Amino acid sequence: MTTTTETRPAVSDERPGLIHATPVRHPWRWVAIAVIVVLALMFLNMLIFNPAFNWPFVLQAMIQSPVIEGFWKGTILVTILAMIFGVTLGVILAVMRLSDNPILRGVSWLYTWFFRAIPRYVLLVIMGQLGLLFAEGIALGVPFDWKFIEWFGLSGDWRIGPFDANAIFVGLAGGVIGLAASEAAYMAEIARAGILSVDRGQMEAAQALGMSRGKAMRRIVLPQAMRVIVPPTGNETIAMLKDTSLLIGIPVGTELFFQLQAIGNRTFQIFPILVAATIYYLIASSVLMVGQAYLERRFGRGFGAAVSAEKDEAAKGLAIGAAK
Amino acid sequence: MTATATESDNLVRAVNVTKAFGSHEVLKGIDLDVDAKQVVCLLGPSGSGKTTFLRLINQMETLTGGRIWVGGELVGIEERKGKLHVRKDKDIARQRSRIGMVFQRFNLFPHMTAIENVMEAPVKVKRLPKDQIKKEALELLDMVGLGERANFYPSQLSGGQQQRVAIARALAMKPELLLFDEPTSALDPELVGEVLGVMRNLANEGTTMIVVTHEMGFAREVADRVVFMDQGVVVEEGAPNEVLLNPKEERTKSFLRRVKQQAEAEAAHDEELIQTLEVIGD
Repeated sequence: MTTTTETRPAVSDERPGLIHATPVRHPWRWVAIAVIVVLALMFLNMLIFNPAFNWPFVLQAMIQSPVIEGFWKGTILVTILAMIFGVTLGVILAVMRLSDNPILRGVSWLYTWFFRAIPRYVLLVIMGQLGLLFAEGIALGVPFDWKFIEWFGLSGDWRIGPFDANAIFVGLAGGVIGLAASEAAYMAEIARAGILSVDRGQMEAAQALGMSRGKAMRRIVLPQAMRVIVPPTGNETIAMLKDTSLLIGIPVGTELFFQLQAIGNRTFQIFPILVAATIYYLIASSVLMVGQAYLERRFGRGFGAAVSAEKDEAAKGLAIGAAK
Repeated sequence: MTATATESDNLVRAVNVTKAFGSHEVLKGIDLDVDAKQVVCLLGPSGSGKTTFLRLINQMETLTGGRIWVGGELVGIEERKGKLHVRKDKDIARQRSRIGMVFQRFNLFPHMTAIENVMEAPVKVKRLPKDQIKKEALELLDMVGLGERANFYPSQLSGGQQQRVAIARALAMKPELLLFDEPTSALDPELVGEVLGVMRNLANEGTTMIVVTHEMGFAREVADRVVFMDQGVVVEEGAPNEVLLNPKEERTKSFLRRVKQQAEAEAAHDEELIQTLEVIGD
């Protein structure tokens, strides 16, 4: 360092130009990089040369048709359906929870309390056994019709059915119902937080224009609440994707992890099976993240150019990540 | 309009209006008549109940006592067989749709562009055809000087522009009455003028307006009548020059003195600023 920089520069006509300064050095970054490279090489070495991985078997297991069917039906389809029903019911529960009607508020609270308390696996096992409650099947019709019929001295019944309860509660349908019922309880809280995050003035402005509460909720409040609801819902969707592996509790066999394990049990190739499952779940959740980024952009409209630009970048990054 | 005629042809008639939040009485018997095409400014210190009164007209709050008629129709309640019944939500929505409201904090819908904000109520509430409404919405935005900003989101507009869009949004429902709740209080000083300009034009076109404001100049210039409120009662009302220049009640006088002191302090500050800038030169 020269002394001239310490003292005031002499008055001169020359004005300071562009700065070509040496950047601060970060020696620890290089240490960190070195450590990570070594660890990565060790990991790669294991992946390639450890015979327990048996990569050809991993690939073979992944393309078995029961596995692929299990992935599409038990994992993807159940995730999508359970989330659609779960989110819909959750939003309805949230609106009920925030309504003026004390009965609706109470029912919503009770629902959330009950379904949040039960572990999903236990709930699915219960779903599988629900047929026991309806040994004679389930029929649609007038409640307590036998009583009315008795009173009026009529005969016959006032119902359609009965339908076999096991057909409803067992199998993929039961899985969807159980997971959606559980999801709705969590989504209700997420949606409630989203609705509460919207400024009260929005509802007032909508009502001042002559909108009913319901229309104001649908057109004005919920679209804005979505901005807050979408990110945690993305989390929930990814959690749901993984929770489909609990379908065996019903039991449902048309599911990715169960099918892979079945192969593993037959062939004693335990580890390659687990790797195959991991790869499937990684791919599926990466695709979901792209979807989430898109939704965040969609519902972030109007909330600042900077914000949406940032989201665009995030979406691109994720898309690239998923493509790799 | 399906109005059952009342004794008078006032567009708005409020008689002995009271409002209490719990045990706290905000309004203690307000009487006010507003004729069609009149502009009435509500003045008074904060906490005097003027905003609450305005919100009662549009049923943002429910009346505790008294009656308000708008267009000859009782607001919020109706009489059937000599008994009062609370109106159904649908009926309240219909009553509100005839009244436009402009808020202090604009309350534009942030997820919609300016023109979508203006079109929302005619399309979704009145269910009018979209292309016709789009044309009208553009005309309204032109009228408030924002035709070129039709596709901007509220976050891309200044406060003054947002408030002008909010005025266009209220006008889109072709209301019989416009309510303004301190429309310039949330604005930077240099943006107040553009909003007041739009309101002045509306007044000149014969729009019926009730305006809660602190803008004495606007009240004096535009209002047909000013109403001075304090602590939940109307202290004094009359022509603007009468009330503002020659107040009779002590409370009005002391309020105007305070306003004047404030204005003088601001003027002194402005004077200082002007002098500073004069030193710098033109």
